[in-house]
Amino acid sequence: MDRKKQQEAYENYVKQKTPVHNLPANMTKAFITGGLICIIGQAVLNYCEKLGLDKDISGGWTSMVLILLSVVLTGLNIYPRIAKWGGAGALVPITGFANSVAAPAIEFQKEGQVMGIGCKIFTIAGPVILYGIFTSWVLGFLYWIGKIAGLIG
Amino acid sequence: MVQGLQSIAFEQSPYIVSSASVVGKKEGEGPLGKMFDMVETENLFGEKTWEAAESTMQKEACILAMGKAHIEKEDVRFLFGGDLLRQGIATSLGVEGFKIPMFGLFGACSTSGEALALAAMSVGAGYGDYMLAVTSSHFGSAEKEFRFPLSYANQRPLSAQWTVTASGAFLVGKKRSHVRITGITVGKIVDYGLKDSQNMGACMAPAAADTIETHMKDFGRTPEDYSRIITGDLGYVGQSILFDLMRGKEIDIKKNHIDCGMMIFDQNKQDTHAGGSGCGCAASVLSAYVLPKLERGEWKKVLFVPTGALMSTVSFNEGASVPGIAHGIVLEHC
Repeated sequence: MDRKKQQEAYENYVKQKTPVHNLPANMTKAFITGGLICIIGQAVLNYCEKLGLDKDISGGWTSMVLILLSVVLTGLNIYPRIAKWGGAGALVPITGFANSVAAPAIEFQKEGQVMGIGCKIFTIAGPVILYGIFTSWVLGFLYWIGKIAGLIG
Repeated sequence: MVQGLQSIAFEQSPYIVSSASVVGKKEGEGPLGKMFDMVETENLFGEKTWEAAESTMQKEACILAMGKAHIEKEDVRFLFGGDLLRQGIATSLGVEGFKIPMFGLFGACSTSGEALALAAMSVGAGYGDYMLAVTSSHFGSAEKEFRFPLSYANQRPLSAQWTVTASGAFLVGKKRSHVRITGITVGKIVDYGLKDSQNMGACMAPAAADTIETHMKDFGRTPEDYSRIITGDLGYVGQSILFDLMRGKEIDIKKNHIDCGMMIFDQNKQDTHAGGSGCGCAASVLSAYVLPKLERGEWKKVLFVPTGALMSTVSFNEGASVPGIAHGIVLEHC
């Protein structure tokens, strides 16, 4: 117990001693970066709709264009620099997700097509995919129950 | 001769006959850039993978160290080497071609101290005329092993350190030179329960404090007896914690303490946050910066304390803390 208290005391002390990123500055940068990515997305979407594509297909094109951009920028080692500045603003949009898949593919390619790329491409994105699908399953289940019980119209 | 609780004072102090440092591009652009023996402008060192690059770096460092002393590889009795990668593969593949009987070590970033201590003990005990101590780390292979793929976009915390791409090799032997290892203090594992692998300075500082304190007690010395006390890679965060811990022990090392991790990069220009880290950090700075000063007699006696954060990615994910270790090596001008 005593040891645990000592460890906690040290942890708190270290927390005090350790410099952290400036939160308001980081949030501002994230807002700008994330906002810019969304503007690009909106522009693609608007353009597609102008061409007369329907809403769903336009959305699909928007995602694909953003993913392609992110993967190319990751390959050119530019995307990490954007994220270094923009933080969560670059990580949260679909471009960040694309980067988290492309980066392991590049790094682990040397370990082979199967054991390298195959096994490790989702090391970072894997949890997001798994729990994303799981959460949507849970919500779907609740929706179904709600419908049977007559709670949802 | 056994000295105190954890130390050895050599009756026949072995010499550091020669040493060599090989570093990557970023290190070459740093404040100590011109002092290294070899700076590679391309971090793959002509290889296809980071791991192979690290092996090549170690091989080059060994060749340079032996070449400087005009010693053939057949004359080296044992080799003590290690790195950060799983199963120490960079060392195994790097020194394979030499066919020198070898001991593979793991002491995380304290490996240079571990290797030097063992090499000095072997020479001191008369088990051979020459021993080779070598270690390395590579930014690419270490990031891949311990953190993320290089092109993964993330923001490093300010307490994070930058793994140094470097290798240092030391030929320890009976042949006279101007630097000798007069004593060692072997560190024990010190763990204050910290679990933040992105703040290694804070994980290692208690180990450094413990080893320095034990060393002073074992030898009956004070920090004033040393021109410098040189820690391996505590970085900016670790140093300030070390000072606080030492103040608690009533030993003042502020005046003559330097840290290899703080010297190897320019914190402001090179965006390395809390400083450099890795086995190669302490080893290359010792070879390129510290030993020449001792050889010239600019410094008379230094205590070299490389520090290691003994973490594994598995234990880390399982919620275990990051244990620290530090070894003390006394280097004297002669």
